[in-house]
Amino acid sequence: MLLKISTTYAPATDLGYLLHKHPARIQSFGLSFGQAHVFYPEARGETCTAALLLDVDPVGLVRRPHGQFEENFALAQYVSDRPYVASSFLSVAIARVFSSALSGKCKDRPQLAETEIPLKVELSILPCRGGEILLRRLFEPLGYTVTAESHALNAQFPDWGQSRYFTVTLENTCRLSELLTHLYVLIPVLDDEKHYWVGDAEIEKLLKHGNDWLAAHPEQESIVHRYLKHQRHLTREALAQLREEDAQENSDTIQAQEEAQVEERIGLNEIRLASVTEALKQSSAKRVLDLGCGEGKLLRKLLAEKQFEEIVGMDVSHRALRIAQERLHYDRLPEKLKERLRLFQGSLGYRDKRLAGYDAAAIVEVIEHLDLARLATFERVLFEFACPRTVVLTTPNIEYNVQFENLKAGNFRHKDHRFEWTRDEFQAWATRITKRFGYTVVFHPIGPEDENVGPPTQMAVFTRKIDE
Amino acid sequence: MSHTSPNPETQARNEMEGDSKERNVSHKAKPNEPQGKFKIPNPSLILLIGPSGSGKSTFAHKHFKPTEILSSDFCRGLVSDDETDQSATNDAFEVLRFIAAKRLAAGKLTVIDATNVQVEARKPLVALAREYHYLTVAIVFNMPTKLCQQRNEARADRDLKPHVVRQQSQQLRRSLRGLKREGFRNFLYVMSTPEAVEAAHLERQPLWPNRTDEHGPFDIIGDIHGCFDELIDLLKALGYEISTQPDGNTVVEPPHGRKVIFVGDFVDRGPKVAEVLRLVMHMQRTGAAICVPGNHDVKLARALRGRNVNPTHGLAESLAQLENESTEFKTEIAEFLDSLVSHYVLDNGKLVVAHAGMKPELQGRASGRVREFALYGETTGEIDEFGLPIRANWADEYRGPATVVYGHTPVPEPQWVNRTINIDTGCVFGGKLTALRYPERELISVPAYQMYYQPIKPFLDEADEQSTLKTHRTDDILNIDDVLGKRLISTRLHHNVTIREENTINALEVMSRFAVNPKWLIYLPPTMSPTETTNKPGLLEHPTEAFTYYRKQGVSKVIWEEKHMGSRAVVIICRDPETAKKRFGIADDTLGICYTRTGRRFFEDTAVEAEMLKQVKEAVDNVNYWETLDTDWICLDCELMPWSVKAQELLKQQYAPVGASARIAFGEAVTALETAAERGIDVGRILDDYRQREEAVTNYVKAYQQYCWHVQSISDLKLAPFHLLATEGTVYFDKNHLWHMEMLSKLCERSENGLLFATSYGIVNVTDNASETEAICRWEELTEQSGEGAVIKPLDFIVQGKRGLVQPAVKCRGREYLRIIYGPEYTLPQNLERLRTRGLSHKRSLALREFALGVEALERFVHREPLSHVHECVFGILSLESEAVDPRL
Repeated sequence: MLLKISTTYAPATDLGYLLHKHPARIQSFGLSFGQAHVFYPEARGETCTAALLLDVDPVGLVRRPHGQFEENFALAQYVSDRPYVASSFLSVAIARVFSSALSGKCKDRPQLAETEIPLKVELSILPCRGGEILLRRLFEPLGYTVTAESHALNAQFPDWGQSRYFTVTLENTCRLSELLTHLYVLIPVLDDEKHYWVGDAEIEKLLKHGNDWLAAHPEQESIVHRYLKHQRHLTREALAQLREEDAQENSDTIQAQEEAQVEERIGLNEIRLASVTEALKQSSAKRVLDLGCGEGKLLRKLLAEKQFEEIVGMDVSHRALRIAQERLHYDRLPEKLKERLRLFQGSLGYRDKRLAGYDAAAIVEVIEHLDLARLATFERVLFEFACPRTVVLTTPNIEYNVQFENLKAGNFRHKDHRFEWTRDEFQAWATRITKRFGYTVVFHPIGPEDENVGPPTQMAVFTRKIDE
Repeated sequence: MSHTSPNPETQARNEMEGDSKERNVSHKAKPNEPQGKFKIPNPSLILLIGPSGSGKSTFAHKHFKPTEILSSDFCRGLVSDDETDQSATNDAFEVLRFIAAKRLAAGKLTVIDATNVQVEARKPLVALAREYHYLTVAIVFNMPTKLCQQRNEARADRDLKPHVVRQQSQQLRRSLRGLKREGFRNFLYVMSTPEAVEAAHLERQPLWPNRTDEHGPFDIIGDIHGCFDELIDLLKALGYEISTQPDGNTVVEPPHGRKVIFVGDFVDRGPKVAEVLRLVMHMQRTGAAICVPGNHDVKLARALRGRNVNPTHGLAESLAQLENESTEFKTEIAEFLDSLVSHYVLDNGKLVVAHAGMKPELQGRASGRVREFALYGETTGEIDEFGLPIRANWADEYRGPATVVYGHTPVPEPQWVNRTINIDTGCVFGGKLTALRYPERELISVPAYQMYYQPIKPFLDEADEQSTLKTHRTDDILNIDDVLGKRLISTRLHHNVTIREENTINALEVMSRFAVNPKWLIYLPPTMSPTETTNKPGLLEHPTEAFTYYRKQGVSKVIWEEKHMGSRAVVIICRDPETAKKRFGIADDTLGICYTRTGRRFFEDTAVEAEMLKQVKEAVDNVNYWETLDTDWICLDCELMPWSVKAQELLKQQYAPVGASARIAFGEAVTALETAAERGIDVGRILDDYRQREEAVTNYVKAYQQYCWHVQSISDLKLAPFHLLATEGTVYFDKNHLWHMEMLSKLCERSENGLLFATSYGIVNVTDNASETEAICRWEELTEQSGEGAVIKPLDFIVQGKRGLVQPAVKCRGREYLRIIYGPEYTLPQNLERLRTRGLSHKRSLALREFALGVEALERFVHREPLSHVHECVFGILSLESEAVDPRL
């Protein structure tokens, strides 16, 4: 990874004073993850270019002492872009190698450090999650002229498309310390990764380096969010601190926007869970199963209803169950609530005696994640062996997909969906179930019903025939 | 067993059922104190009964293993730290009964060392014995009260008041009379003096059904029902010599070492009941046969003893046929039938024979319910449209380790269901008489000469298709208990393989969300270890280390096969969709499947898969392996190319970005350094270093992109099979790799569309330098021309060395290929040196365990074991794959 900084300020070689690095020498610095070399490819009166060549040790990254860096997929791989691209490693190197320049100090030319001079930065390879648009949105408000060249993944395979890497040139007239600060903060933001553990200390760093410019930056939210590795509590805290200094300007409007975006999605899910809960209540069930409970949203609703004396959440993903347990604060629940709730790992592809003998089962947005060919097994596991008196089952109505603006035609709503059914298909399937296993069924629409394509979600409530 | 002795099992049954009316067998009164010799059935639940100080514990430790004794004092200590703490008694007994229940479930002889002097104390223990179909034994210490009191006083750790002991003695004496009725009729031993205790001698007797030391081989014959002629035909077909004595009696001479086991129902409905009985009794007498009784036999015996039984279901015919026989013969028959033991457990517990089947928890046990089950099976209490009892599906639920062979309900064809098989093929109803050869598991049948009796329910009309699919129907649904939690899987190659619970957690998700129908998953390939790390300059792996490894393991000939850089694929191909349906239970009209090493369907597009399978099938048609290998399906282990088909995401997310970024990064760096050098700055070492690294990256890009090509249609795919794993009834692990390569190269030659791709290989003698050198040359050529490398295997598929199983294969990857694994710059000396330290032992142990499980899965499948047994192994492999092991090995 190569970072070049040039100036045309006369005499240009004063850049050496600003950086505290002599233009006639090559200097190397040891870093915990490799080394950095500083040298000047050109150093003339009219123009001078300093280069910071960052040399990350690719084997050392993988074979590092445990706990040195964040445990992260890319760092555990020998085949990793980390040694070659501008990332938080570069920020660390800047802070280490150009520490005086970064803080705006210059022993020999203190005036110059305070002066805005024409500067040009070249980054040989900068990963931009968010593409050139974000690159421009981040640097242009700070006065930079941005030139970016995108790179293909592999020229021999054009269909693989472009990589997320750019060779970038930034030009601005500003103080060198400002420029370095911008790079220090914004490079990891564009990369959207950090090689080290991000905690409270990171807020301080951000505020220190963003002191002068971040509060007024239009992309403030996403900068903070990404810089703090998407950790909400950190982001909230950092934004609060920034805004104190910023007199709470436009933050309310931003929050409102965010909510509206989410509203649309959460809205349907809320309606769905409420309908399922209502159907379970109507069935007068006391002991209920939530099969495929995921992270426990329905479980929380069921717990709030006294009618349900025993609630079981089952999911095939152990990870989801762990999250559910955390979200429901399972370990801290009062004894009375806790004894009503049980979570365990299980699969709808296996017969399971733990599922027998319940009054009702909810299967919310689950069947579309099963291969059609395996559905027959699910049917027997649920309707023949577990055979609860009531089964409340929901699944997307594919007809409604045309109503979603940001869903490409022909795509399912979720990458893992193996199928989505029309109302007819769903009802035909459900009716077959009733015949085979001795149930009756009633269908309900969930969500706003469209005249032509019906509701976004369809629900079937099955009831076991007992007297036959 | 002598015919005249009363059947102890029948006695036990009467007792355990508390049925005092059913006394068709005369009891000999048992003396209460046999001369110091106590017969102890093994297993049984033994209650020591006597007051404190009567000598129970001393006696127990003299005659039983410490682990067989459950003492109330000990349990008191467990829960309260004080063996004498009477307030802990209730908890202590709860613990005692809990442990006793576990031991009884496991079939262990168990001694209860407590006073047991009160009926309330004995009752729950007797109930526990009933629950587990155990016989109960009472050993009573009816010692003088004074003696007990003296002994207690002498014990420093006891502070029992004399009145307590006196009370216990009284309670015991009051109990004595009722003990028989309480459940200790047959095994009640009372001792009244210390001398009697001293003289007592215990003799453990195996329970009647226990014949585990008989190993066969056996010929197990189904329900005969008086079909004498067919029985003779079948015995002849099985190789038994039949001759007729001058007195008209038939004599049977078994082939060497073999023995018949009859599953009962010798009589009723058929034409020659007397002849059948005469022959069977003769065979049993001479040791040529072992018999278990059927429900018809038991009923006939009762009729012969003059009991009032309803002469239906063919009994009237039997009685008519026997009418002219001598009274002696009839008595002999009755005694013979009465003497028969409900069922047998044979061959170290691996084989169970019973007339109507036997659940695992009842096997080898003795009780009325065990006998009922053996004779009548389990019924739901409901009656079907023909007035016959509806049978509960014990076989469907069967999960026991023993093979159960039974009859009782006629079926058109014997079907293996969960290690059980019903061999009653309804001879008397015009079906056939069937024998199962054990351990060969071969079925031999002879047809009935005619329909002798009209069945109430037409059993032969059962839709043929339905019956052949029975195994699949009942097997359809796997049970979560078969996979979840810590598991121990016994394999024939590598003992027990342990699967840790946290690994099954991961496997369950993968299996449930992504894997193909478990019925297709009869095998998953094992992981493979690389060779030991070489010290040759510039290299991490080299064939020399592989050759050395095998030489050290005592293997002299190995085979190297080109390692293709694609994705592992298991292909199952059927002759027709009908085979897929019948053999695999997959009824969606497919010809087979192609799945990945983690059990996922290889192609999302079913049309591509269907076309590929069709082309593989055509190649098999062309070489006619259907006939050569006598099969309707074939399972192949393959590599499917290009890599980019399956690894597209990985390429786009990881491999291509690294190449793209590194090339530019190094390009710019070298240019900048050169510019600086031109200015006269001394960058010498750094510039050289960067030029080398730039070249390494160029080589890296070259290395990965040659395994990628555009796939527009099936004609762009290459499938390279390298193991012919299995066909119907056979696995090919006994064939060496040369056989596999030759069989498969013939197949590849006949692949008309060029889909199948033959793998190059060579045999190496690892004790011959020249042979090794030649192979090394080939490896170098191969890896220089973009080959990934080679897999080196012992010539024999499975090699057991001095220290157990030898690695079935090790991979030896080329220098350029390894850039994809260890990064573009791994070849730089400073990197290579660090990479040389890598531990292989975990990987190798994993490879062996997965290999053993894979072999086991296929063995079980071809031997028609139930789906859950096959699935258990495959699930185990998937679980092991989530073990944390260096992914670069």
